[in-house]
Amino acid sequence: MSPAPDLVPGSSASAAAVGEPWSRPSIRLWWLRVTELAIAAVVAAVVAAVAGATARWVVLGVALGALAVIVALAAVTRRRYLAWGYLERAEDLLVRRGVLVRRLTVVPYGRMQLVEVTAGLMERVFGLATVKLHTAAARSDARIPGLEPEEAARLRDHLAALGEAKAAGL
Amino acid sequence: MSTPAPPTPTGRSAAWERLHPLSPVVRGGRAAAALVVFLVIASVQRQQGDGTHVAIDAVLVGAALVLGLVHWLVTRWSFDGETLRVETGLLRRDARTVPVARIQAVDLIEPFVAKFLDVAELRIRVAGSGKDERLAYLHRQRATTLRAALLATHHGLDASTPEPPELPLAVVSTGRLASSVALSPSSLLLFVILIALAGIFVASERAGAAFGAAIAAYLLSLVTVTWRRFNGQYGFTVASAPDGIRVRRGLLGTVAETVPARRVQAVRRVEPVLWQPFGWCRLDVDLAGIVPRETSGGPREMTRTLLPVADAAVADSVRASLVDDRGVVSTRPPRRALLKSPLSYHNLLAGHDDRVAVAVTGRLRRETWWVLLEKVQSVRCVQGPVQRRLGLASVHLDVAGRRAGASFRDRDATEAHGLVDELVEQCRAARAAAPPASR
Repeated sequence: MSPAPDLVPGSSASAAAVGEPWSRPSIRLWWLRVTELAIAAVVAAVVAAVAGATARWVVLGVALGALAVIVALAAVTRRRYLAWGYLERAEDLLVRRGVLVRRLTVVPYGRMQLVEVTAGLMERVFGLATVKLHTAAARSDARIPGLEPEEAARLRDHLAALGEAKAAGL
Repeated sequence: MSTPAPPTPTGRSAAWERLHPLSPVVRGGRAAAALVVFLVIASVQRQQGDGTHVAIDAVLVGAALVLGLVHWLVTRWSFDGETLRVETGLLRRDARTVPVARIQAVDLIEPFVAKFLDVAELRIRVAGSGKDERLAYLHRQRATTLRAALLATHHGLDASTPEPPELPLAVVSTGRLASSVALSPSSLLLFVILIALAGIFVASERAGAAFGAAIAAYLLSLVTVTWRRFNGQYGFTVASAPDGIRVRRGLLGTVAETVPARRVQAVRRVEPVLWQPFGWCRLDVDLAGIVPRETSGGPREMTRTLLPVADAAVADSVRASLVDDRGVVSTRPPRRALLKSPLSYHNLLAGHDDRVAVAVTGRLRRETWWVLLEKVQSVRCVQGPVQRRLGLASVHLDVAGRRAGASFRDRDATEAHGLVDELVEQCRAARAAAPPASR
């Protein structure tokens, strides 16, 4: 299940970053998303079956609608996974994500105030971690989910060291 | 309270001082005023006066006074030229130190009651803390000198430097303020409701009374909002001083704010749709600081009104004293963006040079942002599905704060991608060129 490198052409929105070696979260992030969707699908199917058996048509409709949304999400999971990418440049970190809405965030190392490593329940089950970057601006939401713990720790230490070296004031 | 004065790196003496002895009275007085207002509302809604209630309220006022007295007894402060120390708390001592370097703004606040007693509150906004440091209350003269000392040392001058002279920039006339407040949605709503109420009252007195009783609380809140705006922004005076912008405002209670110029992240001009026929606008300034992440709200919003209402020319001169737009040429997005943003296309404009970016957005109300590139925290490029179909993308420059920043909306996709690289590069250069004092 090794991902092909360029399934999402044109998603590197920055001209200078084209052809640069973008890093990608672990492929287990994709498995994680698939598992989440599978769990949700099972729950929706059970609800639909029970609702159908007891003739609660409104509930049945809602459950079937949820099931349809889950199937639609499952269809784009792989592309959504492949859309994630980050690139450590000399002065800043680039994070890209999204299939429907494509986002690219550029955070200069000097602006990072806090690097946070978190792991939710599902992420812990899959042995993954999320690295979150915080700046003084609430809107610069750079986060990279689904990293291997060693990569997350390396990135955290690297970013923290760079952030300290290049720190700029407000 | 016999601990020795803290050691001072400058060798200056830093004796502990107490707040003004009348502060419990002012605090208690304010609590009493709040209670009276609450009582009036309560009695209007219930329409019953009761002796026991008055007694309970008297007890509450007394308790507030006693608490204020205890607070006064256990609170002390000192300033040694580098840090302001405040100690307070009876059971849980709370000692706070404020290094002058982290001061964002110092406000002198004189509530209505305090004016008669010649005392004032000093409110110090600190970067890196979600809470303001409040010294309530000091003798007016003492508050003024302490404010001057804090600001002077913040700028690396001697603490005894007097406040630098200031150059008046603009004064908002009462008539203009009143008409601008009247032309706000909340006051228009108030007018409409009052007219409707009068109409119903004329038609049927009972229905009118019932309707009035039903919406009394809402009506009162609308009146309060309108009154607050008028009271708070009455006699609005803006002046420029070497250390920043001075704002003086207020009818019953007055506030004197000082905004250090180098803390300014972005300047915003807002033109509400109701004001556009008159060419009026409001000028806001964003001053966000570093806030610890543990406070769930994220970066704290620090928006100050620089001008509540003014003509474009006056607003421009005030804005230019903070952020010089250096004749940046703004351009419109391509015409096909009309399909994506039909309601805001007529407002969209954006441009930048190597120091400042200007962007206009908004559907009915027009918002213009001026952002200094050296203050930019991150650059984002966002492309939604409709934008991708049309070959468009938006570029956002984020500055410190919750939703502050300039947005280059719906630019041509190729231009936007080039813009990201260009802006990242120019922001870095601007940061490097900025004086280290902006730390």
